[in-house]
Amino acid sequence: MTKSSKKNWRQKLWSQKYLQLMVWPGIIWMFIFNYIPMTGIVIAFKDYKITRSIWEADWVGFEHFIEFFTDPKFTNIMTNTLGISLLKLIIGFPLPIIFAILLNEVKNATYKKSIQTISYLPHFISWVVLGGLLITWLSETGMINEVLVNFGILDKPIAFLADPNYFWGVALISDTWKELGWSAIIYLAAISGIDQQMYEAAAIDGATKMQKIWHITVPAIKGTIAVMFILAVANMLNSNFDQIFLLGNVLNADASQVIDTYVYEMGVGAGRYSYATAIGLFKSVIAMILLLIANFTTKKLQGRSLF
Amino acid sequence: MRMFKRGNRTNGEMCFDWVNNILMFCICFITLYPIWYILVNSFNEGADAMLGGIFWWPREFTTENYAAVFANKGLMTSFGITVLRTLIGTVTNVFFTAMVAYPLSKEHLMGRKFYIIMGTITMFFSGGLIPSFLLYKNLDILNKFIVYILPSLFNFFNLIIFVNFFREIPKALEESASIDGANDIVIFLKVILPLSKPVLATIALFTGVYHWNDYFAGVIFIQDASLEPIQTFLYRIVAESGSNQMVAAATNVVKSTTSLSIKLATMVITTFPIVCVYPFLQKYFVKGMLIGAVKE
Repeated sequence: MTKSSKKNWRQKLWSQKYLQLMVWPGIIWMFIFNYIPMTGIVIAFKDYKITRSIWEADWVGFEHFIEFFTDPKFTNIMTNTLGISLLKLIIGFPLPIIFAILLNEVKNATYKKSIQTISYLPHFISWVVLGGLLITWLSETGMINEVLVNFGILDKPIAFLADPNYFWGVALISDTWKELGWSAIIYLAAISGIDQQMYEAAAIDGATKMQKIWHITVPAIKGTIAVMFILAVANMLNSNFDQIFLLGNVLNADASQVIDTYVYEMGVGAGRYSYATAIGLFKSVIAMILLLIANFTTKKLQGRSLF
Repeated sequence: MRMFKRGNRTNGEMCFDWVNNILMFCICFITLYPIWYILVNSFNEGADAMLGGIFWWPREFTTENYAAVFANKGLMTSFGITVLRTLIGTVTNVFFTAMVAYPLSKEHLMGRKFYIIMGTITMFFSGGLIPSFLLYKNLDILNKFIVYILPSLFNFFNLIIFVNFFREIPKALEESASIDGANDIVIFLKVILPLSKPVLATIALFTGVYHWNDYFAGVIFIQDASLEPIQTFLYRIVAESGSNQMVAAATNVVKSTTSLSIKLATMVITTFPIVCVYPFLQKYFVKGMLIGAVKE
C-alpha cells in the first residue's frame, strides 16, 4: 500500500464516520449474541459442569457424539425427525403452491381478498394456544371424537395424542392448517408478476385452463419453488420445536421425540450441557451438508440456486 | 361451440371456476371454524360446555369466564409483561435493525462485504440453546425483564429486508439533505425513516408477533412468576392440564369442569389483539415478504 492510498483510505473512512458509527453497534451485538455462543460449542468436546468455567473443563474429544450414536434412542429420534420432516416436505410443501395457483384463478376480487386475509389468520395464533386446543380437541372426550363418533366414522373415541400411531399425522395436519395461507404469500407474489398478455395469447390459441396453469403459471414460479425447496430441505433436521414440544408427551414419545426436543430434554431437563450441545452441533453440521447438497442439485436441474 | 374471445368462457372453465370457488370456501371454513368453536365455547357456561355438543352458538350464554380471567391477578400481571415486552421489544428491534441496515445499503461503505458475510453466517449457524443460556448467565440477564429485549434486539433476516428497501429510495433526496449540511445520522432519522413506513410496519408486525407469541424465553430464562408473559402462563396451564387429561383418560375420572372454559377465554383474549391488527397491515407485510425474497 502506498502512502497516498493509505491517506485516501483514512480520508474515506473519516468521511463515512457516521455510517460506521451506525453499523458498529450491530456488529458488536452479533459478536456478543451470535459469535460468543458459537465458541461455546467447544463444550461439545469437553466435559462441562456448571460449577467450573468452560475453559477449565476437561477435553473428551468425540465421546459425547459417540454416546449419541450408540444411544438406544438414536434410531428412534432420527426416524421421527426425518419422518415428520419428509412428510411435511412431500405433502406439506406442494399444498401452498397449489393453493396459490387456485386462489389466483378466483375471479371475484373481493372474494379473493377475503380468502387471502382469512388464510393468514392461523399463522398469527401461537403454538401454545393451538397446542392447548389440540390437546383438548384430540382427547377422548374432545370435539374431534365427538364429531367422528356422531357421524359414525368411528365406533368409539380414540385418544389421538396418547397413541404414537397418530402423532405424525397430527403434526402434518396442524402444521398445514396453521401455515397454508402464510406459505402461499411468496408464490402469490410471484404469480402476480406474470404478464397477463401471456394468458390472453394462450386463450386465443385455444388453451384450456389446465394448460394455461401448467404451461404459463407453473414455469413462471419454478424459480421461487426451487429456492423454497432448497430452504425446506436444508431445514429437514430442524423440526418445528414449538409444535412437537407442546403436542409430545410420555405416551406418544415413540413417535414424537425429535433431535430438537431431545436437546432440550438433555440440556434443560437433565442438565447434561455437553451432551446436549454435541447433539445440537451434530444437527447443525448435517443441516449445513443438506443445504449444500440441495443447493447443488437444484442448480444442476434448474439453473437456480441460493448461492 | 368454443369461444375464444375475452369475457366469454367455455363450459369447462365455468365448471372449473365453480369447483374452485367451492374449494376455496371449504378452506376458509376449515380455517375459521376452529376459531369460531373456541369463541362460542368460551362464551358458554363452563359446566354445561363440558357436556359437549356446542358447535354453532352458545347454549348457556355467559361472560363469567372472561370475568374470571380478568379477576385473576397473576394473569393480569402476565398480560402486562406481554404488552410491555411487545412494545419495548418491537420499538427497539425495529429502530436498531433499521439503523444498522441503513449504512449497509450503501455500496461505498468500507467493510460492507465483511459485515454482510458476518451476518449471513448467523442465519445458518448458531451456538444453540445451551451456549446461549450460559452467555446470558454470564451477562447476568437471566430472570430479568431485559432478557426479553436484549437477545432479540437485532435480526439479520429483517436487516436484509431493510437493506433491499433502503436501496430503492432515490439518492437525490439524501443528496439534497447532505448539501443542506445534514450528516448521515440526521439523514437517516429525518429523511429515510419517514419514507420507510411500509417496511417499518412489516418488520414491526413480524417482531411484534414474535414477542406477543413467545413463551419459550419465559420458560427457560425466567424463574420469577411475576415476570412471565401470558404465553408462558398459558403454556403452564396447557402442560398441566395436558398431563391431567392423560391421568383422567387412564383412570376414567372426569376432570374439573370450569378450568377448560377459562382456558378458552384466556386463549381468546391472548389471540384477539393480533388478529385485530394484522388485516390492516396486510398490504405492507405481503410487500415486505416480497422485498425480503429478492436476493441480496
